[in-house]
Amino acid sequence: MTAFASAKADTNGANREQNRKPTTAGTSRRRALGKRGLEPWFYLAPAFIVLIALLGYPIFQLINVSLYDYRQAQVSGKAPLQFTGLENYQKLFADPEFWSVLGNTVLFAGACVVLTLLVGTSLAVLATRLRPWVRSALFVVSLGAWATPAVTGSAVWLFLFDPTLGLVNKALVSVGLTQFNGYSWTYDKWSAFGLVASEVVWCSFPFVLVTVYAGIQAISTEVIEAARLDGASMPRIARSIMLPMLRPIVMVVTIQSIIWNFKIFSQIYIMTNGGGIAGQNLVLNVYGYQQAFAASLYGLGSALGVIMTALLMIITLVYLRILKRTGEVL
Amino acid sequence: MKIARSAAAIALAALALTACAPPTSNNAASSSDEKSGTIRVWLFSEVNQDPKSAVVKAAVSDFESSHSGVKVDVQYIPVDSRAERFKAAFNDPSSAPDVAEFGNTDLASYVASGGLSDMTADIKAWDESKDLDGKILATTDVGGKNYGVPWYVGVRALYYRTDLLQKLGLGVPKTLADVETVARAVRAANPDMLGISVGGAAQFSAMPYLWANGGNIATKKGGAFVSGLDSAESRDGISAYARLLKNDICPPQTCAEFGGNASVQQFIAGKSAMTIGGDFNYKAVAASAVKDKFAVVPVPGNTAGSIAPAFAGGNNLGVFNSSKHHTLAAEFVELLAGKKYQQKMFDAMGNLPTFSDVQKSVAASNPQLDPFIKTLAAGTNFVPVTETWSTIDAQGIFTGMYQKIVTGKADVNTATADAAAAMNKVFGSK
Repeated sequence: MTAFASAKADTNGANREQNRKPTTAGTSRRRALGKRGLEPWFYLAPAFIVLIALLGYPIFQLINVSLYDYRQAQVSGKAPLQFTGLENYQKLFADPEFWSVLGNTVLFAGACVVLTLLVGTSLAVLATRLRPWVRSALFVVSLGAWATPAVTGSAVWLFLFDPTLGLVNKALVSVGLTQFNGYSWTYDKWSAFGLVASEVVWCSFPFVLVTVYAGIQAISTEVIEAARLDGASMPRIARSIMLPMLRPIVMVVTIQSIIWNFKIFSQIYIMTNGGGIAGQNLVLNVYGYQQAFAASLYGLGSALGVIMTALLMIITLVYLRILKRTGEVL
Repeated sequence: MKIARSAAAIALAALALTACAPPTSNNAASSSDEKSGTIRVWLFSEVNQDPKSAVVKAAVSDFESSHSGVKVDVQYIPVDSRAERFKAAFNDPSSAPDVAEFGNTDLASYVASGGLSDMTADIKAWDESKDLDGKILATTDVGGKNYGVPWYVGVRALYYRTDLLQKLGLGVPKTLADVETVARAVRAANPDMLGISVGGAAQFSAMPYLWANGGNIATKKGGAFVSGLDSAESRDGISAYARLLKNDICPPQTCAEFGGNASVQQFIAGKSAMTIGGDFNYKAVAASAVKDKFAVVPVPGNTAGSIAPAFAGGNNLGVFNSSKHHTLAAEFVELLAGKKYQQKMFDAMGNLPTFSDVQKSVAASNPQLDPFIKTLAAGTNFVPVTETWSTIDAQGIFTGMYQKIVTGKADVNTATADAAAAMNKVFGSK
């Protein structure tokens, strides 16, 4: 039996153990379960209470508000509160701008996720091959990027890409690319998105780097050595040994990235000056802020919030389902 | 499983019972009108705070010495987070001040929130009020009632570089068409210069063009506002402004994103031959590298000798609806926004007074104010006084229209029709 096959068999074995549902047993066992029935709930209660207070109630209120015509006048008691049912949702779905913003958001977030994962994972692999002091330097530099607040990062990035004073344009012009003299990176829709995406990747790849690097370190060297003895090539080891063992970690960072990037606000808001020229760079979160909260249309804004929450939950569930089907458990 | 389901059901039912409707606060007008106690005042903090604080301090001690048993507690709040502060004050009347300074474009939405107290009677009984500039007082009028006293006003005029125009033998622009020709000529001769720095997001620079051509943002028809952006006159004014944001004057690549401040910054940096700037920008321009090479004239209208109607920006002082000291608070407003302290605020901060006679007297001793006072005297204009304007503003409908035109995303007819439709939808949504 080869080493990688046994590694696989190991994980499969573990899965089988975990996937096995308690099969029906005799009445005596059922009675025992009934007696202990409340006990787990008792232990879970503190967590549940905290979850309901911190998560359940706000979400409930969000849904609730989204069903009303709820503006500043209603909040401060000047106008009567009116239940409007799904009207806020209808308004959004009928608005072509909502759909284009949703499209922007999906594309932008998708690109950010893929790029962040690619950059983070490649650097993690690279880090395992570096001398310790070079690796430490890499980590310190990346953690610096990670620790930079989004607002500061965006401002610095904007300054670098300033049409007339920015370092990037100056460098491009000095190597002979004169068309970049005074070039505005935020004028065109896609170059503006690209600029923001690069900032987002810059400040979020370190999380992937650190997590994946830790995951690689956790793979015991014996497994890899055994595979090597069996004659597996490096790509084969990466594909058949390391990737399967890293999968839970990759899954976590992917879901995290999706959620983070879907919810991007500061970077777009600052770098494109609140959504770009004529709103070309709006993403859902900025759109929600602009349409709803800056304009005091809280009902509409909550409807947007509900839609975003639902979308993210669906994405996460689908992703978990796919992983479960391929045999991995978080 | 069963227990989980029933627990969830119980939790949901409990929540639904305790909080059926979203929370609202009761912001009814206070019924008491106490004659002593503490008057809480919110004023905006400024970059240059000391002179303002000094004048306000003098007003406070003036007021406290003439009203025994009354204390005035002044707090300075940042302009940027004012929306949150005011909304919070409306939602929780117990944390609200009695008197506040606020921008005149915010007034209508504050009134709609029930936050401001009607000051019509106070203003009528106040002897100084007859000298208030009528056009400016009208900006505080919602449904025939005044909800504040104009404290100071800001208007924009045309700044230009005397040296550049002279070198090319160009006269000072006398009409809006002249502005365009001069701007184009300067840029043709100095390709690194913007002919006039204006911005796609500089709405208050764009408005004089709209109004000078006989257009309007919206007019009141039978109690409701209807957008006039798609009228022929408005389209003329919008096209005239959009023509400035072309490669031969102010390239859209650079200028489409500019707001009012950014366009004035270009002038200050010596990168543009003209700009539309406010009286509040004068100090900064006069302290810049172009200080000896510029002059200011009112933004001209369509015919020589006329002045384009300017947007009357500015701040008011008003009394909160929830104040337990309406009379005292109104008296403090009348003191701080009265002639004596407007004069002092002008001396300290350069804020333009809202009394016609005070305007004349400060203009006589400060010639640099002349173009701004002339602009005020020629008649100003304002955004639609409705709480829906803050929605339109937040959603960028007005500036988005200009940006779509200058970036070539839409032609003038389409962009104006879209903007008018979007505005009408918001007007009708209240």
